[in-house]
Amino acid sequence: MLKEYLSIKEIVGPLLLVEGVEGAKYGELVEVEFPDGSLGLGNVLEVEEDKVLLQSFESTRGMNTTQTRVRFTGKGIELGVSRDLLGRTFDGLGRPIDGGPRILPDKRLDIYGNPINPYARDYPTDFIQTGISSIDGLNPLVRGQKLPIFSASGLPHSRIAAQIARQAGVLGRQEEFAVVFGAMGITFEEADYFIEDFRNTAAIERSVLFINLADDPAIERIATPRMALTAAEYLAYELNMHVLVILTDMTYYCEALREISAARKEVPGRRGYPGYLYTDLATIYERAGRIKEASGSITQIPVLSMPDDDKTHPIPDLTGYITEGQIILSRELHRRGIYPPIDVLPSLSRLKEKGIGEGKTREDHSALSNQLFSAYARGKEVKELQVILGEAALTPEDRLYSSFTDEFEDRFIRQGEHEDRSIEETLGIGWDLLKILPRSELKRVKEEQIARYMGTEGGPA
Amino acid sequence: MSEGVVVKVAGPLVVARGLQDPKMYDLVKVGTERLMGEIIELRGDRASIQVYEETAGMGPGDEVVSTGEPLSVELGPGLLGSIYDGVQRPLDVIRKKHGNYIARGVEEPGLDREKSWDFLAVAQEGDQVQPGDVLGTVQETSVILHKLMVPPGIAGRLAGISSGSFNVEQPVAVIEREGGQVEVTMLQRWPVRQSRVVATKLAPAEPLITGQRIIDTFFPIARGGTACVPGPFGSGKTVLQHAIAKWANAEIVVFVGCGERGNEMTDVLLEFPEITDPYTGRPLMERTLLIANTSNMPVAAREASIYTGITLAEYYRDMGYNVALQADSTSRWAEALREISGRLEEMPGEEGYPAYLGTRLAAFYERAGRAVCLGAERRQGSITAVGSVSPPGGDLSEPVTQATLRIVKVFWGLEDKLAFARHFPAINWLISYSLYRDKMEEFLRAEVDEEFPALMEEAMAILQREAELQEIVRLVGIEALSFQERLILETAKSLREDFLQQNAFDEADAFTSMRKQFLMLTAIMTLHRSSVQALERGGDIKDVLQAPVRADIATCKFIREEDLVQFDAIIARTREQLAVAPAAG
Repeated sequence: MLKEYLSIKEIVGPLLLVEGVEGAKYGELVEVEFPDGSLGLGNVLEVEEDKVLLQSFESTRGMNTTQTRVRFTGKGIELGVSRDLLGRTFDGLGRPIDGGPRILPDKRLDIYGNPINPYARDYPTDFIQTGISSIDGLNPLVRGQKLPIFSASGLPHSRIAAQIARQAGVLGRQEEFAVVFGAMGITFEEADYFIEDFRNTAAIERSVLFINLADDPAIERIATPRMALTAAEYLAYELNMHVLVILTDMTYYCEALREISAARKEVPGRRGYPGYLYTDLATIYERAGRIKEASGSITQIPVLSMPDDDKTHPIPDLTGYITEGQIILSRELHRRGIYPPIDVLPSLSRLKEKGIGEGKTREDHSALSNQLFSAYARGKEVKELQVILGEAALTPEDRLYSSFTDEFEDRFIRQGEHEDRSIEETLGIGWDLLKILPRSELKRVKEEQIARYMGTEGGPA
Repeated sequence: MSEGVVVKVAGPLVVARGLQDPKMYDLVKVGTERLMGEIIELRGDRASIQVYEETAGMGPGDEVVSTGEPLSVELGPGLLGSIYDGVQRPLDVIRKKHGNYIARGVEEPGLDREKSWDFLAVAQEGDQVQPGDVLGTVQETSVILHKLMVPPGIAGRLAGISSGSFNVEQPVAVIEREGGQVEVTMLQRWPVRQSRVVATKLAPAEPLITGQRIIDTFFPIARGGTACVPGPFGSGKTVLQHAIAKWANAEIVVFVGCGERGNEMTDVLLEFPEITDPYTGRPLMERTLLIANTSNMPVAAREASIYTGITLAEYYRDMGYNVALQADSTSRWAEALREISGRLEEMPGEEGYPAYLGTRLAAFYERAGRAVCLGAERRQGSITAVGSVSPPGGDLSEPVTQATLRIVKVFWGLEDKLAFARHFPAINWLISYSLYRDKMEEFLRAEVDEEFPALMEEAMAILQREAELQEIVRLVGIEALSFQERLILETAKSLREDFLQQNAFDEADAFTSMRKQFLMLTAIMTLHRSSVQALERGGDIKDVLQAPVRADIATCKFIREEDLVQFDAIIARTREQLAVAPAAG
């Protein structure tokens, strides 16, 4: 028998204060019955003696202090899981919204989970070919990695994330693969884009979707990524699947967190976000990974939009400190019509060195990517100089770098939305581009590699 | 033991009532799962407790038991090669017994109780012993001899001692003192928030060689010194910390992963047993101790983790070892402090951090240093502390960086711009500094070469001149520079690319001995001087800049340590190639 209370004393924003409660537990799930009979969910944020502070996942519109009932369920927030999750669509709290039947769960899992023992982790080393040169060649994704896309309003992050979901695969292997999609606060159109894309490629069969749209209750978003990750953990570690989790848009998640924090009158950290934002984000991102002796894995691609394209904003900043690299999109490339507009210089994949090379991709991969990076960085500097001084001021060498940069953006970065380049193709384009530069400038690749992959022809001596 | 009840739960903070005479920083166990916590505030009979584990499911009425003791670590043989969480629970044992996730309320002792160690008595029955005196030794790993010392506070006549095979709980010696006999086991305890006692502190005297060229040559750190590595994300803090842990000539390495990524700890765990220590030829893990409290693990334990780390470091220092302690990252520790402070509703200082942030940081770094240890042997040991800082947005004016800079003597400023150009380690040579340089120069003169300090200064001057010249180039173009100035740019480029850049993932390049560092620098600077002379004698700038020997210098970082004689040939070739420039008038 659930304990039921009618003793709400305060309703402030998404927070409810209930008094006279016995035996409430921190983190406990509560059911809220509105005066009109409709039901909502919430959980316990703080409990002191008989006073309980709740956050309501539902909007508090229509709630009152006299007729609204609060029931304490005695358990945390859980998700019922089974193989039938695949192919289904849920709301942000794990209730089906695709018109299908309810899931008959194998088991119910607490969505907050427990931290993975660092000793149990296995290091991610399997290269995932996404078919996108600027990722595969320069900032490769590795199975078990968390690699966010730092985007901004108006940039095609959804298209890139969908392209990765469509094309991703490990070289030379056929394994059970699933996509878990968690949408927080995005528009119907964006969500629909993903769903349609999954449907068109039949990927929907092996996908689980958790959708919280822009007009759904904001506080519900706090649970959504955890729902998605709980489902992913079940698929990965109990059903041995390789799971790709796409979480979009983390910025809205953080805003929901800030809303709660503000309502609780907590001391704010930077830009009003709570001081525990780092820890909170870590409990989401760190759920990616591989576990020793487990054949499944979780790879995470969170998408976030940087307010005002500012990488130092707390959300991208703290994310970058937790995730293993980042893919940053560039407004400038986008404006010039280059898809995918990936700004390769500030982008980074920290697991790169372990995921590439002989036996994984190709032995020249690391050296070649370092060479391309440094040449492109130099070329960008030359370009800046050119803007100030004009082309006449450039040395002949500088001019070569300038044209390398143009070609690099046009041939290496630019590619079609449905163009799935093999790693061989990607590296081939890279070597081809290096022919533009004098041999003496190629300090990061070895002579043997030049001879082997670039051939004798081409390139000024 | 006294019992109380929980009255409030707010995240990692629990308030209890009814504890008998609670003391600040006493360790308590909360709830039926007996979660560990520490008392951090007392008001009337209400004690605020920071709990080291997730508190979901706790509520008013749950029982709280105080142990009456402060949070302590276990010291003894078996520490090396272990991996602990922030409160010294062995993560490998936890996985074996409890699975892949860290469930709550898991209790496992820091030291293995079953394992037997061969104890060899050094002291003899009847000896008068003081704290710090060595009673006997245990070969803990093939490279580290563990010294069992008389615990602080105990002195008297050694009434009994025996060699043999013991586990850590069996007494190996008996000390007779006023008021009775004390049995000494190999297991000792020490409260983490209290520094271990030393006889005298000493000023640092010699460098900690890290094998990283930019550090050893330009911004050295002393044994017993303190350094910080601030940098925005992606600038390579962790790679640098790992490189130091791998190659530093410290006998013991304590690596504290404080609020960082789980995979980074995995990397260390998988890699260190595979890497051979250049000094001992044994796997690195045999001299390494890891503390991993990753970002998703409970925040209060993160706060404790750096104290756990430094206490373990002090224990080995007391045996007379040189210990390198690395904390990655102190910003995460400061954030844990901020989070707890916020829950206590304390008045915040800058950016929400508590007002005592600076004091706590200073107290932590002050536990590093070189010292004469307790004991008749007057052993000397040191702790070198290197903390990385993760400033939000790479902004060095934020409170944690600033508070740290006030204390530490070495600053390795990482810059994302360098990292974008894949210049690693991305330490900016223009903003970094080391206050140990003067002291270390003597050592370099004596141990490496009389010329070393002068050469280093000359090279640094060129790098600084480069920054000025580049400003000019940016404004008016390279044509505005004289040939001499262009030569400076060329040498600076060579210094950057061929000396400062170092590939942590390349076998031959990852570690450079002081001798090789000196030779590399000599080669580059000889080329510079010869080029200057060639120009003065009217040589053509094109010939000078295209001297074939430049290619040799560009690859000299890959010369193996056993082939250092090759440098003689390179230096000779340099002189030869640049001497042929025609002498004019």
